[in-house]
Amino acid sequence: MSTATIGSPSDRSARSPTIAGSASNRADHVKFLIFAAAVLTMPIWLSPVGAAYPDLVQKFAIYGIFAIGFNILFGLTGYLSFGHAAFLGVGSYAAVWSFKLLTMNIVPAMLFGVLAGGVFALLIGYVSLRRSGIYFSILTLAFAQMSYNLAYSVLTPITNGETGLQLAHGDPRVLDGPAGAGLPSTNLFGVETVGYSGFYVCAVALILAYYLALRITRSPFGMTLRAIKSNQNRMNYTGFNTRPYTLAAFVISGMYAGLAGSLMAVVDPLAGAERMQWTASGEVVLMTILGGSGTLLGPVLGAGIIKYFENIFSAFNDQVLSRMFDFLPAGLGDLMVDLVQPFVGDGWHLTLGVLFMLIVIFLPGGVMEGVSRVAGRLRRVRSDRTG
Amino acid sequence: MDAVVLQALNGLDKGGAYALIALGLTLIFGTLGVVNFAHGALFMLGAFCAVTMQKLLTLSQKVEDTSVTFFKAYKEVPYLEIWFGDTGAALIDFAVPLAIVLTIPVMLVVGLVMERGLIQYFYKRSHAEQILVTFGLAIVIQEIIKSAFGANPIPTPAPEAVAGSADIGAWLGVGQGLIYPYWRLIYLAFSLAIIAAVFAFLRFTTFGMVVRAGMQDRETVGLLGIDVQRRFTIVFGIAAVVAGLAGMMYTPILPPDYHMGMDFLVLSFVVVVVGGMGSLEGAVLAGFLLGILQSFASMNEVKAIIPGIDQIIVYLVAVVVLQVRPRGLFGRRGVMEG
Repeated sequence: MSTATIGSPSDRSARSPTIAGSASNRADHVKFLIFAAAVLTMPIWLSPVGAAYPDLVQKFAIYGIFAIGFNILFGLTGYLSFGHAAFLGVGSYAAVWSFKLLTMNIVPAMLFGVLAGGVFALLIGYVSLRRSGIYFSILTLAFAQMSYNLAYSVLTPITNGETGLQLAHGDPRVLDGPAGAGLPSTNLFGVETVGYSGFYVCAVALILAYYLALRITRSPFGMTLRAIKSNQNRMNYTGFNTRPYTLAAFVISGMYAGLAGSLMAVVDPLAGAERMQWTASGEVVLMTILGGSGTLLGPVLGAGIIKYFENIFSAFNDQVLSRMFDFLPAGLGDLMVDLVQPFVGDGWHLTLGVLFMLIVIFLPGGVMEGVSRVAGRLRRVRSDRTG
Repeated sequence: MDAVVLQALNGLDKGGAYALIALGLTLIFGTLGVVNFAHGALFMLGAFCAVTMQKLLTLSQKVEDTSVTFFKAYKEVPYLEIWFGDTGAALIDFAVPLAIVLTIPVMLVVGLVMERGLIQYFYKRSHAEQILVTFGLAIVIQEIIKSAFGANPIPTPAPEAVAGSADIGAWLGVGQGLIYPYWRLIYLAFSLAIIAAVFAFLRFTTFGMVVRAGMQDRETVGLLGIDVQRRFTIVFGIAAVVAGLAGMMYTPILPPDYHMGMDFLVLSFVVVVVGGMGSLEGAVLAGFLLGILQSFASMNEVKAIIPGIDQIIVYLVAVVVLQVRPRGLFGRRGVMEG
């Protein structure tokens, strides 16, 4: 299989002129500023839809980072990794260990998380990237499953097995000095990072992550990655060694995952092996595809949509549903409840699966492709009127 | 010695399941060129055919329990026992093997519907998209089963007659203590029989010959005026049946739950890749090989030397094989070359 053939419509950015022309450069910066403002004001504009509480907006930001990182690999080079959750888990473990051994300050924890994700990705990527196509997918999956199984069994001294790694009273925390009563909470140079302040840490990280991804996409390096996606053989024939580039992309996306993992530990200082399971890897694939792979904003959107609906849908139960449909006549209302009921609550994954299939079948470019199609049609309608 | 034989046998029945799933995956891949991530879900559907059969056979009526005299007590008595007495009870006892009459038609229909309804639109799309859409389908099937049967494993025992263990040690004359459940032996024999049947079908029938020719060069066979597509669709149905039967017979070994398919799928993909994409013999041999390796790695003596090896052996083998023989053990040139 040539890795080139993944969803051509998702490649909008490849078709538009991206050599740092000043016009597109300015447009990028405007978009970036809007993005940053939107992320920072999330607690305000999300409150009408009932999503403005710290736990959820933190998740949006964290999974957004994870998905942006995944997209740097999948969206730009076309290599479909099914083992990205391993880096997320490693980042979490590294961060929690930093909390346990060094300090409750989050800066070292995040640094260690990124570092651990990067080193781990370097090891796995070095081996996996020798193959491409489905072999690459299976290799990454194999490595992630290995890490997951080991975290549960032999590595229990490091990972604390099924219980998960947690803070404890006896932790040394050499930089913090003696702790008071109760477990300390994470902080940024003295400012506690729980609740909304935790969210703002994640939000700033997300904005920086987005900016970095933007720079990578627009750089010659990003061009090279997209060239690899569209035809790796041709790149090789022109005497271009693609391996270092794909490996760099893999490591960068591993570092993003490590950062996301460490942020999970920042907002809630524990780490468990289930974060490394392959279903978690599948989730980030879903997010990226749903939003639109190969686009900058798509993965963040996808992460937000999935986490939002996961939260909303799983909260529905029979009572909520019957209240929702009680404006209908009695028989019809009950029928609607029966119809909708399998898709909400515990059945949320069913909705996700159906949605995902529909997206892959009809809109391989994800939400972003849908938006641009609608926008294109509007523009045509308008130009018809004026012209 | 006993332990070695026992572990080999232990590995063989699990290997049988891997081999059957991997065989179906390879058939689908070789004919249609589609990577089917929903194949584990088909395995799981087969297992739930056995569950459904058991439920159907034990449909019950409330009957007054005359053995309790202090108060009125009721017990559930299956209709079959009421109607046919002991014959009925025997039928219920053989629910799992009897489920074969349900599994084959159900899986055939599921396979054909899946191919015509979804897979055929994905021939020309990239492998990544095939993986993604079948992955989505697997989630959907899994969740439907979950909402119909619940999330807990459902015990489906083997028939009473073969519920015990065989004294293999005595048969082979290597001493006592080597006992092994009958059902696992049956599973091994069953999977070998199915594998043999599939190979015989492909090798000795005209239909199979056309299919093999189509796998080699679809275009030429089509130009000879043969409807390759229809045959390949049927092959998809057959692969679905094979996976379903594998799942159905596995239920007494592992009580089925809705995510058993995913667990097997990941391993089966590793099996396919180790065996060599597109090679049927490779899929079968790698299935048994990895099954046996897995069971040897879980011996205490081995674990004492390399702790944790039982958890990772399959993946480790896959990594090593792909590095040393990139096309897998039996892979051919030109299949799935990246």
